[in-house]
Amino acid sequence: MAYSFDFSAVFDYSDVLLQGILMTVQLTAVGTVFGVGLGIVGAAVMTSRSRILRVIVSAYVELIRNTPFLVQLFFIFFGLPALGFRLSAWEAASLAMVINLGAYSTEIIRAGIEATPKGQIEAGLSLGMNRVQVFRHIIISPAMQRIWPALSSQIVIVMLGSAVCSQIAAEELTYAANFIQSRNFRAFESYFVTTILYLALAIALRFVLKMVGNHMFKRRSHA
Amino acid sequence: MSLVKLQGIRKSYGSNEVLKGIDLTVNEGQVVALIGRSGSGKSTLLRTINGLEEINGGALEVDGEMLRPGHTNLRALRMKVGMVFQQFNLFPHLSAIENVMLAPVVVKKQNKAEAREVAAACLAKVGLADKEKSYPDQLSGGQQQRVAIARALAMQPRVLLCDEITSALDPELVNEVLNVVRKLAEEGMTLILVTHEMRFARDVCDNLVFMHGGKIREQGEPEQLFAAPATAELSQFVGSVAFH
Amino acid sequence: MLSFTFWDILSNLLLAARWTVLLSLIAFVCGGVVGLLVLLARVSRSAVLRKLSGYYIEAFQGTPLLMQLFLIFFGLPLVGIEVTAWLAAVLALTLFTSAFLAEIWRGCVEAVPRGQWEASESLGMTYFEQMRHVVLPQALRISIPPTVGFSVQVIKGTALTSIIGFVEVTRAGTMITNATFQPFLVYGLVALIYFVLCFPLSFYAKRLERRLHVAR
Ligand SMILES: Nc1ncnc2c1ncn2[C@@H]1O[C@H](COP(=O)(O)OP(=O)(O)O)[C@@H](O)[C@H]1O
Ligand SMILES: [Mg+2]
Repeated sequence: MAYSFDFSAVFDYSDVLLQGILMTVQLTAVGTVFGVGLGIVGAAVMTSRSRILRVIVSAYVELIRNTPFLVQLFFIFFGLPALGFRLSAWEAASLAMVINLGAYSTEIIRAGIEATPKGQIEAGLSLGMNRVQVFRHIIISPAMQRIWPALSSQIVIVMLGSAVCSQIAAEELTYAANFIQSRNFRAFESYFVTTILYLALAIALRFVLKMVGNHMFKRRSHA
Repeated sequence: MSLVKLQGIRKSYGSNEVLKGIDLTVNEGQVVALIGRSGSGKSTLLRTINGLEEINGGALEVDGEMLRPGHTNLRALRMKVGMVFQQFNLFPHLSAIENVMLAPVVVKKQNKAEAREVAAACLAKVGLADKEKSYPDQLSGGQQQRVAIARALAMQPRVLLCDEITSALDPELVNEVLNVVRKLAEEGMTLILVTHEMRFARDVCDNLVFMHGGKIREQGEPEQLFAAPATAELSQFVGSVAFH
Repeated sequence: MLSFTFWDILSNLLLAARWTVLLSLIAFVCGGVVGLLVLLARVSRSAVLRKLSGYYIEAFQGTPLLMQLFLIFFGLPLVGIEVTAWLAAVLALTLFTSAFLAEIWRGCVEAVPRGQWEASESLGMTYFEQMRHVVLPQALRISIPPTVGFSVQVIKGTALTSIIGFVEVTRAGTMITNATFQPFLVYGLVALIYFVLCFPLSFYAKRLERRLHVAR
């Protein structure tokens, strides 16, 4: 009567799982690098003096932050081809990740920039730097350091959110789980193992981001 | 020879006119102190000379660089005018020497080796040769302020503006900063300072400018000004500040 | 093939959006109640409770909501509980919400200065009296903006229930797309509906936050 669990039926497919993990990691890496890059640009614009650019970027940020990632993904993958942009599942998933994280990091980094003491900006200006130079050399690094924990959390959230990319058949970890349970008919076990793998990925990602932060914001012993 | 020349400078914040037509000439090598009650417009005046505040009227000239209302190219002006702030405003992510090197490299496009040499000399000048690698939060307030002075000096400005640069310091740290300023004065640096250190002003400055309500009320040599204030405002002000 | 007018599409989506709203409301309210219990465990004096609630929060914050849905949807039948997509959706979103709210609120409780604890302790209050009369009232004030802000995450989270077959607005969008072959329009409208639901909440949360900062 009682259900007997059989996890070995999942581990028979460990190569599929591994493949899925790799794709999830890859998606997350692309999303992070380009998403945070986009966020820095977005935040720079949001703190610039151009009103029109600010309006455009905040429209983008609000649009993304107030709609589900899944719908963004569907829109990009199913909707954009109607305009002639045909993307593979992987391209669509990557693009969605970048756009999504880009919006959140714009908001997070903007807050970091706005916390810059006004005096430091004035000190830079008084030395003859222009606004771009002040941003690049004075504002951005301490701002990134300030918001690194918040940004790291958001990156983890986006990594976990990438599970829905399976819905457009991007072959990441959840897709692997779907595949496995369709073969072994062990849905619970397959998703349970996958969940644990996500948890491990989240913990590992947090650790890596912390290391990256320590490295990036480390005080160099000599300039 | 006049180095800094202000003519009819006006500045308002909204409907509040803070500078009501300031005329002031500072000659090369002169040390000028701006004194006056809090809110009289001293900081605002100093900041206009660096282009940190846009002026609404009048004209400003520093070593041949003109500045008029609506002017946006401030770089040339700022390369000639150094500024030291009350709150130091060091860049927290850079070591002392990097703080000093940054502008020469970024603004003047000096190569790093050269900039480092200049920066090291500037730090040595303010007595901090041994603190090159320290970060701002590892330095005392007095040391931070001296790094800030070195940072301004590294751009080789024609005139240095100091806005109450000892006001944020613990009393025992005031002198190490004032001594640096005194040394600069002796070397012939043109200085415009806002200060509440009246004894220092009397000893070091050539010219004292008393501001009141956004105008220059009196100016002249310190001894003479302190001994015989011509206006009630100045005598009241002199009476209210301690000479320590 | 049936032909759909724009209004057919929109009205069908809006009808389905009722389920999105209802599911969000239930998950938010139930999640809030469970979250409060988790919070009390999280800030209790018992190390065991603190640890267990910490694991609970980590389990939900460290794994995808989609997996949580799947585990409930496929797991409960294994222990003999019949689940519909609707029940699984409510359950998963409630637990998910409770974990996040508990963590948000813990931050608010910890933001109450230590001196408040010490002062109330020096007045002879018990732990529960301190919580009830001194700490929670202060934490409540600062917890409102992030709580309102999180409600947006709940609404967006409901989209995932479409994957286990619950027909809310995203699922309706997929079904209509399959019938009309107008993905650009349909998903655009779906996104718009979410935006209309979420933006006022985000906006309000931001305003509350700003007001709180000014007040402080
Ligand atoms: N950024 C500003 N916005 C509005 N008013 C200002 C600003 N900065 C200074 N003021 C006003 O200008 C006047 C002069 O200020 P300030 O130049 O700082 O005086 P001081 O340095 O002599 O104390 C004060 O009344 C002050 O309130
Ligand atoms: Mg002042």
